[in-house]
Amino acid sequence: MTNTIIWTIVVLAGLGLVLAFVLYLIATKFKVEEDPRIDEIEKVMPGANCGGCGYAGCRAFADAAVKDTTLEGHFCPVGGDEVMTKVAGILGIEAVKKAPQVAVVRCNGTCENRPKTNIYDGAQTCRIKAALYSGDTACPYGCLGCGDCVAACQFGAISMDPQTGLPVVDDSKCTGCGACSKACPKHVIELRNKGPRSMRVFVSCINKDKGAVARKACSAACIGCGKCAKVCAQDAITVQDNVAYIDFTKCKLCKKCVAECPTGAIHAVNFPVLPPKKEAGNEQ
Amino acid sequence: MDRMLVSPSPHIHTGRTTSGIMADVCIALLPAIVVSVLFYGWAELLVLGVSVVSCVLIEWAITKYLFKKEGRFCESAAVVTGLLLAMNLPVTTPWWVVFIGALFAIGVVKMSFGGLGQNVFNPAIAARVFLLISFPTYMTDWTVTPGFIHSTDAVSGATLLGRYAEGGVSAVAGTDYLGTLFLNIGGSAGEISAIALLIGFVYLLCRKVVKPWITLSIFATVALVSGIFFLADPSTYTDPLFNLLTGGLVLGACFMATDYVTSPMSFWGQIIYGAGIGFLVMMIRYFGAYPEGVSFAILIMNITVPLLNKAFHQRKFGRK
Amino acid sequence: MGGIHPCDSKFARECPIEVLPLPNTAYVSMAQHLGAPAKPVVNVGDYVKVGQVIAEPGGFISAFVHSPVSGTVKSIGPRADLAGNSVTHIEITVQDDEWADGIDLSKDLVTDIPYTREEILDKIKACGVVGLGGATFPTHVKLNPAPGKVAECLIINCAECEPFLTSDYRIMLERTKEIIVGVAIMQKALNGCRCVIGIEENKPEAIDAMAAAVAQLGFPDIEVKTLKKKYPQGGEKQLIDAVMHRQVRSGCLPIDEGAVVQNVATALAVYEAVQKNKPLITNTLTVTGDSIPANRQHNYLFRIGTPLSFIIEYSGGVPQTTAKIISGGPMMGKAVANIDAATVKGSSSVLYLSRKATLRDEPGQCIRCGRCADACPMGLEPFLLLRLCKAADMPQLEENAVQDCIECGCCMYSCPSALPLLDYIRQGKGQVMGIIKSRNIKK
Repeated sequence: MTNTIIWTIVVLAGLGLVLAFVLYLIATKFKVEEDPRIDEIEKVMPGANCGGCGYAGCRAFADAAVKDTTLEGHFCPVGGDEVMTKVAGILGIEAVKKAPQVAVVRCNGTCENRPKTNIYDGAQTCRIKAALYSGDTACPYGCLGCGDCVAACQFGAISMDPQTGLPVVDDSKCTGCGACSKACPKHVIELRNKGPRSMRVFVSCINKDKGAVARKACSAACIGCGKCAKVCAQDAITVQDNVAYIDFTKCKLCKKCVAECPTGAIHAVNFPVLPPKKEAGNEQ
Repeated sequence: MDRMLVSPSPHIHTGRTTSGIMADVCIALLPAIVVSVLFYGWAELLVLGVSVVSCVLIEWAITKYLFKKEGRFCESAAVVTGLLLAMNLPVTTPWWVVFIGALFAIGVVKMSFGGLGQNVFNPAIAARVFLLISFPTYMTDWTVTPGFIHSTDAVSGATLLGRYAEGGVSAVAGTDYLGTLFLNIGGSAGEISAIALLIGFVYLLCRKVVKPWITLSIFATVALVSGIFFLADPSTYTDPLFNLLTGGLVLGACFMATDYVTSPMSFWGQIIYGAGIGFLVMMIRYFGAYPEGVSFAILIMNITVPLLNKAFHQRKFGRK
Repeated sequence: MGGIHPCDSKFARECPIEVLPLPNTAYVSMAQHLGAPAKPVVNVGDYVKVGQVIAEPGGFISAFVHSPVSGTVKSIGPRADLAGNSVTHIEITVQDDEWADGIDLSKDLVTDIPYTREEILDKIKACGVVGLGGATFPTHVKLNPAPGKVAECLIINCAECEPFLTSDYRIMLERTKEIIVGVAIMQKALNGCRCVIGIEENKPEAIDAMAAAVAQLGFPDIEVKTLKKKYPQGGEKQLIDAVMHRQVRSGCLPIDEGAVVQNVATALAVYEAVQKNKPLITNTLTVTGDSIPANRQHNYLFRIGTPLSFIIEYSGGVPQTTAKIISGGPMMGKAVANIDAATVKGSSSVLYLSRKATLRDEPGQCIRCGRCADACPMGLEPFLLLRLCKAADMPQLEENAVQDCIECGCCMYSCPSALPLLDYIRQGKGQVMGIIKSRNIKK
């Protein structure tokens, strides 16, 4: 009895040793020489493997960053400046600073603003819907509402608002990887600079139709009137193809354009709510 | 004018639904169920009832509380599983054993793989095998309960295959084949009347619910294999007709092996799948420890289905 | 191989072709054929006559477009087509009905074909004839096989296998001889190859009429062949298989097997173009459906460019119980999102379907019943393709021949779980075709 147990232990231990040796031989024989910095960089990466940097995953990014001499063109939107500084430290080169970005849905075609003109009865994905026709509203440019962006987001940052039928981006979860923007067949979602305390001003419409047509399709459409461009002191607003666009690198968040827009197509988000102004005359 | 529907083509549909197909299977099982209830009486009705109700309830509960899916699920598919499970059990099976079988069939075999269409094994067969291993005494008790049209008081009768396993060919000598085709007292509900099952199968074929290849392949292989053995040594091995008509072969070949989810799709896949089942059935019957092997054979061949689907495709137009 | 047998529903088969009145305004699309859009050659304010060229081909595979009406060009610009997408249209306000010179408006049958092959092709090209079977491929290109390819058999597609549609059936009965002459013209253009006219067995009257006309006119080498009733019998590859017993190999064209397939309506258009100098400005269309009463079903001869809404109003408006309007057949037609859209050369029907007939069921789970694979006329496995499309696995999709899909819809028609098979497969096919194309360019 005891003998059996001892023999069992001996045989198993021996087998383990032999196999360990074989594994060791194989590991040394087939070892792939890799730059150790790739491993180091991979360790500091967020590990989301989202592809937001343009590479297949975090390791592919690390590989590319090590091979290239500069960090120009390599940026991890998820990790942002913090991670990029660490990466630069490992590589011993200068980090490229980039403002953190966030996905912005540039359509305000809610069920109220943009009435449905037909009922879509096909497979519920935006890609298929967009390939079939212009959409179930009179606006051929706006959000189709099937939620391809929601499915594309790995961070759970986008959800569909059942009330409006539009996607809503959670700023705190959005990493700016741009997966939603790529998934949207109508190119409704844009990556914009996050702005100080997430404050942003943007035109929430991309309808290129003439003013009257756009307005008829959606009451919140940009009609390309150009009032916003006139009032902008920073020269940040351009009107092209009947639709205004605010350049986020120039915008100083003065919000003058917001008040000027006749259809309310310009949105200002995350600004602190100011107490109602007291008129000068009342104080006396 | 109302808002119109817009969708990609095609814009029309046959109107045949999954629920409709499953309902067809239930209708096809009806003759065999009627026969079994007539012969085994209230006890059989209890087994059928418990099995069907628990299968449906368990599937509903799992869909709602574990999958957290709202809306309908395909009840008729659960009913089919329930019916098939009941038809595979002895009439004397206690209700709680039936319930455990249903729980295993739906909860473990079907839903843990993701529900309808995702399971690898046939739920009813897997549950039967599970019960056979867990509760061998209940599962091999072939006491015959009083039915509505025959009034024999509880008779304990071993099945023909059981007698063969115990006593060899001499124990089953003089079996009335015509009798076994129509009526075969002893065994589970699905073993009573081959003809009732075949009527149901013809209905399925007419409604184009199933294709005949798997079933034909099983029958042919069973006949062939047992034929070879019988010719070699008639004193040890039973003849082909005996093997075709006894036990759960007809039920298995017509209703269990033809389950869409757990059978191959291509013609050659189906032929090989059927041949595999037929061969294994005969091996178990002749050489195995259990008298009957249809369930085991189907379960084993279920494993090969993904492989067969991968290996055999239908010929594509304009390609070699 | 494969195929389905949907209910015939040819309610309008006994309705003679009526001439639809002229609309007040015609909108002529520049993209009503396969290939490059046509380029307008008229200006706003110009007066145009019926049959006058208003746009010229925008590439090798493209076609002339002629004015279907006479009047003043009001505007040239983007307008929504029936899917709501912007396409350049020429808007013409109808004033009178003055036809361009040289068009023979008499009804006399002209059977002599004194033209050479080149003359025929030129005439067909100049008259803007395109395939009217659905793909609207320019006919003169198809009748002129690439060097080295020889046409052995001209197949005239009279299958009209789509349920509901009856316009081809009506022209076969009412304009039989003109069609046969048109067939003989195309035969001559293909250097006198053999010709088979394929008609589905559910149209015995048409088979008799066409066979009688062939015998009476005495053109050599034209045969009328009865085909089994099955959808998609009128698919190009299926038709070649049924008539010639040859299967066009994957990635090849019918001409590689020596076949040229033309639709019966195209044969009529060819006759009018070559013998009457009449450009393709009219076509026949069926107004039908399951939600429209029997006395309101019609077959119309319409001017191309007539807005759908005009046809709908003229035929009595959209029936109460209609849930979907389709341009084309119920299997491959396009759902109309914009009823103000204009008809095009390839328009073949205004089909009204009720909610019961057309509303899709909630998609369920695949139960691996294999019905889609049984129904696929190309021998594909749609259940597998659906899974691969969802996973966007392009190499596997190509391996499993998604590019061979003819988008006939048989798989979705027969799926008991109402899965959106073709919706996804169409996407995957598009992507794989793109990959193959870019690979071929690199080579």
